Amino acid sequence: MSKYLLDKFLFTVDRDPELTERYRVDPAGLVGWWEAELANSLLNCTTAERTTWLSFTDEERRALREHDHVALFTLGAHPFLTLTLFIAMFERDHGPMEYQRAYGKAMEHVTMPYPDITT
Amino acid sequence: MAELVAVIASTHHPFYHRASTATGADRPPFADEWVAKIERFRATLTAAAPDVLVMVGSDHFHQLWLDNMPQFLVGKAPFFDANWHNEEREFGLPRMTLRGEEELAAHILRDGLDRDFDLAFSNELRIDHSITCPIITLRPEADLPIVPVYTNIFAPPMPQPKRFVQLGRALREMVESWDSDKRVAIIGTGHLSLELGGPRQFGETGPDPEFDRKAVEWIANGDIDGCLAEVSLESLHHPGNATHGFMDFMLMMGAAGAGAKADHVDTLDLFHTMEAYFTWYPQGDPR
Repeated sequence: MSKYLLDKFLFTVDRDPELTERYRVDPAGLVGWWEAELANSLLNCTTAERTTWLSFTDEERRALREHDHVALFTLGAHPFLTLTLFIAMFERDHGPMEYQRAYGKAMEHVTMPYPDITT
Repeated sequence: MAELVAVIASTHHPFYHRASTATGADRPPFADEWVAKIERFRATLTAAAPDVLVMVGSDHFHQLWLDNMPQFLVGKAPFFDANWHNEEREFGLPRMTLRGEEELAAHILRDGLDRDFDLAFSNELRIDHSITCPIITLRPEADLPIVPVYTNIFAPPMPQPKRFVQLGRALREMVESWDSDKRVAIIGTGHLSLELGGPRQFGETGPDPEFDRKAVEWIANGDIDGCLAEVSLESLHHPGNATHGFMDFMLMMGAAGAGAKADHVDTLDLFHTMEAYFTWYPQGDPR
């Protein structure tokens, strides 16, 4: 489990419009590039000061590559980060609030307690 | 000493700006009622004639991140730029720049540390909609200097609810012990029941209307004991997965004082979440 790294992916892709678009159109390519180039960048530090140990599990990588927001929820990714990024990518293809409601409906089988999001 | 002229607690709905400025077919059917309620709410701050605003909110993973996450943070800077790319993108919020009140920020940091609140600080803080939403609703001129106070209601582990109440109580004492002739309002925003990114999001009402009803009663009556008896970090998962934002309302109950009945109480049932607005006048109602 690397919930922190899932959150880091969602956080860094959401805040960069270019990465958001790349993730929308080429999720597998963007996830591979991100894990190789950015997963171990220590935010707010110079590029020389890298982290050495962060990587996704196979299931985390799959969920990201397939835009599987239900799986991301189940894996304990922070739901605010996932929602915000997915709205940025897919709201444009739907009518007002249609995407947000469908996003919730896809999770209607999820019961309490929800997966722990503590990192 | 400074005078605490108003304590205000509010939800911070990022859709208000867009709803209130939309025209024609784009204007949602609930916009006029919402605007009317906000204008009445705004008048409660205007009547208090504040010089300075202490603004309590919570960064939504904009500047504060999991590699270095403070529980409580005070912004001390001459200016605060505001609103972020994803708030512009999703909510249409405008970029803003607000002035800071550094003298009060310095006093809160020193006095807070001496009262055993280990406050973090930031000298370069870009604030987000948890603080700009109440500026837009309550003081759209955005002309008063602010002291932002951020709380962690977002990234577990979080402080206990009682700690939010204690900080609110202390924040009031800090303001009242500031050696200044300024008139200060403390404004804080949070949520009632709220679900984001889960199966109960964007329903016809907030995810837990019964929690909302109780919450409004606790806040309006200053029923801190009743609230603390029922609310815990664990219990807040049940009304909706983002309901820990209610702890910022608890902070404001601490600032208003135990048993303090609000001088202005209003609510608005919207889809997705209930709006709630409260004003207390510690020096008496100036209206």
